[in-house]
Amino acid sequence: MESGVKDHAELAAIFNKDENRVDWHDETLWWVRQKRDKMAHGLPGWEALREAASQIKDNVLSNLSEYLQQFETNAQANGIIVHWAADAKEHNEIVLELLLKNGIRKMVKSKSMLTEECHLNEYLEQQGIDVIDSDLGERIVQLAKEPPSHIVLPCIHKKKEEIGDLFHIHLGTPAGNADPQLLTEAARHHLREVFLTRKAALTGVNFAVAETGEFVVCTNEGNADMGAHLADIHIASMGIEKIIPERKHLGVFLRLLARSATGQPITTYSSHFVKPREGQQLHIIIVDNGRSIQLGREDFRNSLKCIRCGACMNTCPVYRRSGGHSYHTAIAGPIGAILAPNLDMEKYADLPFASTLCGSCSNVCPVKIDIHQQLYKWRQVIVQKGYTTTAKKASMKLMAFTLSSPAAYHTGGKVGRWVLKHAPFAVNNKFNPWFKQRDMPEPPEQSFGEWYNENRKK
Amino acid sequence: MKVGLFIPCYVDQFYPGAAIATLQLLEKLGVDVTYPPNQTCCGQPMANSGFEHLTGSCNDLFIKNFAGFDYIVAPSGSCVLHIKEHLHGDADPQATINHKVYELTEFLTDVLKVKSLQAKFPHKVGMHQSCHGQRGLHLSQMTELVAPEYSKPGSLLNMVEGIELIPLNRKDECCGFGGTFCVAEEAVSVKMGKDRVADHLEHGAEYITGVDMSCLMHMEGILNRQGSKVKVLHIAEILNAG
Repeated sequence: MESGVKDHAELAAIFNKDENRVDWHDETLWWVRQKRDKMAHGLPGWEALREAASQIKDNVLSNLSEYLQQFETNAQANGIIVHWAADAKEHNEIVLELLLKNGIRKMVKSKSMLTEECHLNEYLEQQGIDVIDSDLGERIVQLAKEPPSHIVLPCIHKKKEEIGDLFHIHLGTPAGNADPQLLTEAARHHLREVFLTRKAALTGVNFAVAETGEFVVCTNEGNADMGAHLADIHIASMGIEKIIPERKHLGVFLRLLARSATGQPITTYSSHFVKPREGQQLHIIIVDNGRSIQLGREDFRNSLKCIRCGACMNTCPVYRRSGGHSYHTAIAGPIGAILAPNLDMEKYADLPFASTLCGSCSNVCPVKIDIHQQLYKWRQVIVQKGYTTTAKKASMKLMAFTLSSPAAYHTGGKVGRWVLKHAPFAVNNKFNPWFKQRDMPEPPEQSFGEWYNENRKK
Repeated sequence: MKVGLFIPCYVDQFYPGAAIATLQLLEKLGVDVTYPPNQTCCGQPMANSGFEHLTGSCNDLFIKNFAGFDYIVAPSGSCVLHIKEHLHGDADPQATINHKVYELTEFLTDVLKVKSLQAKFPHKVGMHQSCHGQRGLHLSQMTELVAPEYSKPGSLLNMVEGIELIPLNRKDECCGFGGTFCVAEEAVSVKMGKDRVADHLEHGAEYITGVDMSCLMHMEGILNRQGSKVKVLHIAEILNAG
């Protein structure tokens, strides 16, 4: 970690100061996990579907350049203008150029985690472009000047009363009113005005079909459609890994996506964009931003299978009790913790350690990414690259020495137990994080080894 | 069949009762079991912290102690998973160790094929599913997967006379121990532990048991700090009781 920047553990400790709020956050997301379980158990062949999705994505990752070129050719034939961006900077510059070229200074944007990753909003605002997020949750965090805390449920960390206060200030709803229906209605009117007046709309891409050159955007609110259909220019941003080979594969992914994400059978809207309507420009920006580097890391490449359902966050006992912002990156939770180190290993060196390696994430993943195994592997890489503290290095060396020598181990154990028994204040103090909220184990008179020596020596 | 007993370092030092129960249980079942005295640790604390490259000598020592046995049995899912997945020696190919190491309830179920036990424990007991045993070694079915129910530790506990296994709201959520996570991420670790303990208390547990003493040590620390009368016991202590 860079000095002065708070790491996951520190941010999580701040989040945990309000235990009632942690309970509420945990229960809310656990409820989503249970909805997902109900859906998964209600669909015959769920595990086979996961396996199929995983294998399709394996095929995609092994033939990515061919599929991308096939997609480009077919999309161009449909009348879509295709742009390639090597990184976030190029992506943001392409968006700006498209807007300026058409004399547009206001844009509406539906949910796109890629644009969060690229910090597009901040960039465009600095250039004097007004961007309004049209996904309700995204709009709420935008008004609060916060990043999303969850990739599917961006404002899941906010209680309805807080949203009522925000809407009172920004949208003029009555003070102290937190009625979800009233607030949603207010947002609806506010966004309707936005949709009708914006000349440019940016959307994300859930799936891009190589075979047909079309792309699919999934939303529950229809906000992507509303924006794209009313605007003169539709810009769609996609990561290179969003490709699927054929349209029929949507039958696998669309069935998995919403069930895994929110426990719905399918998103309300699964919109296929094939070609621009008469007089409209349709652009697609295909973004790498570190993905091809990740593709080259054998141990981590299959993190690129991710379809951004967020199931790993909902099931993660650490995420539920630390909140999305504690991950200090666009994509939080277990999947974020294996993606972020690829982008900046030093800045995100803490994230692979923000896990007990319980493995629940890998079990819910609809494309079977071995998330917890990758967390373990990232730990090794991060330490090997030197992104660890001197104190940790020293303590690990001492531990390795002690545990390699039976004599040192036996003596160390004896001394430790003696101290705990006769000088507990040396251990039970504020310098021991275990002791802060937990008692130390009662030290026994004898270790098992000593007992065995007395009772079973042959 | 010669069985080498591996006792994880912290069990050796802090919970000899769990180790003695494991040994006695295996002896009762007629197993020729030996405890190699020069054993220390499986190396997991270093490896999970990102220092797998420092575990070489520890691994070599483990292999030296256990290479001669037909089976290695340990009262821990976590250590066994680490040995299976990550312990390897430079000189000795890992196959010599990894395929013959068993967690205790796995050994009782799959190798000894235990069908009944002479044990009595007339208490209400909450079974904690330790993640590495459950999701790593597949000791029990996992709630995330759409697959048939089973539980190796659960079936063994059900052979104990008088025991009442309580239900839980979240039957396989992590307790938050997580090795060095328990101190590096103290706040979240403790909160996870408190929530797990509360689930057991809500359902009237007198004892919390499981296959890993590490999870139980963490929950015991929380129970004791809360002044609770509820105790933790390693599963071997219940299977060997009465």
